[in-house]
Amino acid sequence: MSALAVRSLEKSFGGLRVTAAVNLAVEPGERRLIIGPNGAGKTTLFNLVTGELRPDGGSITLFDRDITRIPSRRRAHLGIGRTYQIITLFPRETLLRNITLSLLGLSPLRWNPLVRLERRAALIARAREVLARVGLDHLADRPVAQTSYGERRRVEVAMALAQDPRVLLLDEPFAGLSIEERRDVLRLVTAIPRAVTIVMIEHDMDVALDFAERITVLHLGEVVVEGTRAEVVAHPRTREIYLGE
Amino acid sequence: MKPFAIAIAVVILGTVPLWVGGTYYVNVASQILLFGIFALGVNVLVGYAGLVTLGHAGLFGIAAYTGARLLTGGHGHVVAAAGAVVLTLVAAAVFAALSLRGTGLGFVMITVALGQIVWGIAYRWISITNGDNGVSITGRPSPLGLSLASAAGFYWATLSIFLVAVASMAIFVASPFGASVRGTRDQPRRMNALGYHVWMTRFLAFLFSAFWSGVAGLLFLYYNQFVSPQVVALTASAEVLLMVISGGTGTLLGPIVGATLVVVMKSVASAYIERWNFVLGAIFVAIVVFMPEGLVPGTARLARWVWAARRPPAATPVPVADGKSGR
Repeated sequence: MSALAVRSLEKSFGGLRVTAAVNLAVEPGERRLIIGPNGAGKTTLFNLVTGELRPDGGSITLFDRDITRIPSRRRAHLGIGRTYQIITLFPRETLLRNITLSLLGLSPLRWNPLVRLERRAALIARAREVLARVGLDHLADRPVAQTSYGERRRVEVAMALAQDPRVLLLDEPFAGLSIEERRDVLRLVTAIPRAVTIVMIEHDMDVALDFAERITVLHLGEVVVEGTRAEVVAHPRTREIYLGE
Repeated sequence: MKPFAIAIAVVILGTVPLWVGGTYYVNVASQILLFGIFALGVNVLVGYAGLVTLGHAGLFGIAAYTGARLLTGGHGHVVAAAGAVVLTLVAAAVFAALSLRGTGLGFVMITVALGQIVWGIAYRWISITNGDNGVSITGRPSPLGLSLASAAGFYWATLSIFLVAVASMAIFVASPFGASVRGTRDQPRRMNALGYHVWMTRFLAFLFSAFWSGVAGLLFLYYNQFVSPQVVALTASAEVLLMVISGGTGTLLGPIVGATLVVVMKSVASAYIERWNFVLGAIFVAIVVFMPEGLVPGTARLARWVWAARRPPAATPVPVADGKSGR
């Protein structure tokens, strides 16, 4: 049983085919890296898996459950978490409120118009725990707008982790970070328990190759190479289309 | 401090008919309260859900017309009030189902169109609405034996409903659902990925907004004892939107301050200034230029700035030779 399986997935925007019969099987607990040049269809693949885009053909299964036609919001309840390449936080709110919103997303409490959110002690305590896990508990009451880019990247990951996803999709989690910040985020991602299957898109090969167990190379919407780190790096197609050799 | 300030505000508001001097000004105060309720309702959508509406006068008018037709049809005040609110909510559900197909400018345009449809019905469906002549009712209700016929009696009844509206807004804003609504305003895509039903959240916010708009419409009917197509015109929707924007969107106090500004200019300043519309327009321009966030948040920002400017700079510790700092 695969944690996440994509079969013959297709997506076109008008005449442009961005996902062409993609097949992918990620085993439970696996750390999978997806690489490819700009325009390869990596983020589109994530958007199809999370349901933000509807595929033209093919299927997506999560732990053998077909989720191809399940609405995007329901997929979060089934265990898919994601981060965004472009940071997508709630800038007016504090870090604590951002994580609380993430926790609320899976709780029936989100419909309650009568209780005070601040008085839901268990929820707030859980949000503080998540912030502590990413080393940001000391900034809990600071608005996102007053934090650094590296801290926001960590909040992005924390928001996804807060929901205890079974499959976590990380879209370029190291983008725009300094060397020290990359190290912090890598430490954070590496510490995620094996119960969470991770699929990561990343351009920073130095960091990403250390993390990944298997690598999938996408090019023009197709899977061109897949294998272990050594296999993929040694493959002539990888060198040709990605490393430019 | 906060409960004390609220208690003072309630006492001041509760004693308005005793010190404001004259029935005319008590009536102006009643208008401020009822338009304050309307603006609070519109603020749920504009301020908290980020959905700018130009059709809410339609919902305000549907409540007023429904109440008027039920009363002229021989029904009692309870049936008229309940019928008005229920029909407003049904109409709001239809408005929301249609307008929430779009966001941003698309949402605005659909609400304009729906508001204009209501205006067209009010103006042309004469057998129901009496067209341009409007519908008159006779008398106000006497809940619990208290007559609302006098200006003071009506003011106190409106104040009671106004306080309930403000309390309901405060509870809504602090609730998990209020946080969800604000989340759909700021990051709808993220909210969807987090498991929220963005459309349903906005739909319910629309109904909550419409409920208070309908209550305000009913109060307007009882205040004037008359309703005409002017009430549902596009200018009426624009006016309440200006109340919300000028006071400060997404704040509890802003719509009330905006409603006060507009009603005072229309009712009081117009008696002294012939071209009061020009003055009101100039005030709006000044607000947009100097306090684009609205009067309430803008005043708070200015107060913070003045407070910071008046406060003496913090003493800087002076390093000394032994490695310790201080005097």
